[in-house]
Amino acid sequence: MSVLVYTESENGKFKKAALEVVSYAKAVADQMGTTVTAVAINADENDNLGAYGASKVLSVKDGSLDKFNAKKHAAVIEQAAKNEGAKVVVLSSSANSKYLAPLLAVGLDAGYVSNVVEAPSSTSPFTVKRTAFTNKAFANTEINTDVKIVGLSNNSFGIVEAGGSASVEDFSPSIPDSGVNVESVDKATDKVSIADAEVVVSGGRGLKGPENWGMIEELADVLGAATACSKPVSDLGWRPHSEHVGQTGKPVASNLYIAVGISGAIQHLAGINASKVKVVINTDPEAPFFKAADYGVVGDAFEVVPTLIEKLKAFKAQNA
Amino acid sequence: MKILVCISHVPDTTSKINFTDGDTKFDTNGVQYVINPNDEFGLTRAMWFKEKQGASVDVVNVGGAETEPTLRKALAIGADTAIRVNTDATDGFSVAKQLAKVVKDGGYDLVIAGRESIDYNGGMVPGMLAAMTDANFVANCIELEVDGTNAKAVREIDGGKETVSTSLPLVVAGQKGIVEESDLRIPNMRGIMMARKKPLNVVEPVDTTSETTTASFEKPAPKGAVKLVDADNIDELVNLLHNEAKVI
Ligand SMILES: Cc1cc2nc3c(=O)[nH]c(=O)nc-3n(C[C@H](O)[C@H](O)[C@H](O)COP(=O)(O)OP(=O)(O)OC[C@H]3O[C@@H](n4cnc5c(N)ncnc54)[C@H](O)[C@@H]3O)c2cc1C
Ligand SMILES: Nc1ncnc2c1ncn2[C@@H]1O[C@H](COP(=O)(O)O)[C@@H](O)[C@H]1O
Repeated sequence: MSVLVYTESENGKFKKAALEVVSYAKAVADQMGTTVTAVAINADENDNLGAYGASKVLSVKDGSLDKFNAKKHAAVIEQAAKNEGAKVVVLSSSANSKYLAPLLAVGLDAGYVSNVVEAPSSTSPFTVKRTAFTNKAFANTEINTDVKIVGLSNNSFGIVEAGGSASVEDFSPSIPDSGVNVESVDKATDKVSIADAEVVVSGGRGLKGPENWGMIEELADVLGAATACSKPVSDLGWRPHSEHVGQTGKPVASNLYIAVGISGAIQHLAGINASKVKVVINTDPEAPFFKAADYGVVGDAFEVVPTLIEKLKAFKAQNA
Repeated sequence: MKILVCISHVPDTTSKINFTDGDTKFDTNGVQYVINPNDEFGLTRAMWFKEKQGASVDVVNVGGAETEPTLRKALAIGADTAIRVNTDATDGFSVAKQLAKVVKDGGYDLVIAGRESIDYNGGMVPGMLAAMTDANFVANCIELEVDGTNAKAVREIDGGKETVSTSLPLVVAGQKGIVEESDLRIPNMRGIMMARKKPLNVVEPVDTTSETTTASFEKPAPKGAVKLVDADNIDELVNLLHNEAKVI
């Protein structure tokens, strides 16, 4: 009857989103009067999950799962859920979890709701709040099936330390064949990805040209942030498409979003509105972004950004 | 190769989002509908397969009669036949169930859907459809090549991309990259004229239920006014981010 949570890891280490989904699963389990079981694939330090609320960890070690494969990973979670008699399965909003979730939903005959931002408002009927219309609204959605899958939006619930401990059990599910084989992976390992980032620094057409991105990267570096850009910037080829955020690009749900030289068009805002704190730096006090932002500086990016970098460095030195 | 492109009919990106009936229904008043942007990228890639590899391209929507102009637009872009499953799209699961029937009946080899609909943002229909039809599935697809029954795709992952090999039958969830924005086609007069004569087949739905129901909608709480910090006082910004917003 437990709540099952899939805790993603990379090179054996749990991702931050994994700790967040365990925290969330713990809140759901408390509401339902049950416990949390995590399923972890090729992760080390499984017992760490106890601190965030897992009572049990099903540890799967299998070389054939080293590379992510949606069908195989979904099969592992499906078997874990069935073994545990889980009524609720919690997943993160990583690209991989979103890839496997619909396959898992069909396998478990479970209703699935993605982009959930809060703990259930009720467990009977099971009701969760999700974003809809690309962050322009929320929908309170009921899941009517016996087994339910919740996809939690990143950085929406936060990491909560519960201070418990978890028992670790080996789990050896059967792994199906998959008709999709990974040939190669091309991934910058030294950069924070937009999906994983707590802070995102984003540049728009106001930066005039790709040669001016040095200060954006430096600002991101100081903050441990990912870099992003508006759509025209990637269309012009100033930055890679993978950095394009907004309604038709990547969604951003960071704790802090800093927009430099971005006007704040509705399609841009739709994709980044889920970020908690928004800072805008723009020469034009009439730029629509100021209406959507928490903090704003009316000024020239070429002066404000270098100053901000300097001040942040000083702040970090002081608080180190 | 028989290709089916799934077309979601969504409010244009600039639409004002409002609700009626005690916040239980989306207010369609004054809303312009378009082909879901992710689906438009997929449809354009399908046209490439049609022109270069002689594929046939059908489009499908699960929805009421009000979605027909959107399907006509897809025909004007170049699809051969449109299919409308005559029922309201209530949740991802029931839409996937309806589409699975269309895929099986039509014997499609390749189904191109979108990463997500920009209205409901479920990101679930293509994967469910793949699972229901025992097809291979590639999400976040940004490149796609088909050679016989083999396919090669590139998929966007967090922080990079990955190249996969797979085979038909295949469902992909595409997005910008599967074609570039500059490849998108605006229907011309001839396309629009021809679209009027192309078949738009209305099929009746299979029996299914929704697994999820939306009880109510909410709009985000109105935002407080922005706090402006003087460009000469960036120390204050750092201070606010640290002590007030607590994000650094
Ligand atoms: C269907 C559709 C989908 C779209 N999807 C997206 C999307 O997903 N994401 C997205 O971003 N856009 C999207 N757009 C485009 C969107 O409408 C805007 O055109 C775009 O966001 C504008 O980008 P920008 O703010 O970088 O450029 P601009 O609008 O040109 O704004 C540049 C800003 O920089 C400021 N500026 C100039 N010089 C300086 C300086 N020295 N210092 C500081 N500020 C300066 C200017 O005051 C201005 O506000 C979409 C559009 C459509 C039609
Ligand atoms: N009602 C529908 N009719 C046809 N295709 C749909 C429908 N809803 C969703 N799709 C397809 O599924 C994709 C993902 O949608 P969603 O799961 O709703 O985010 C869309 O980009 C479409 O390709």
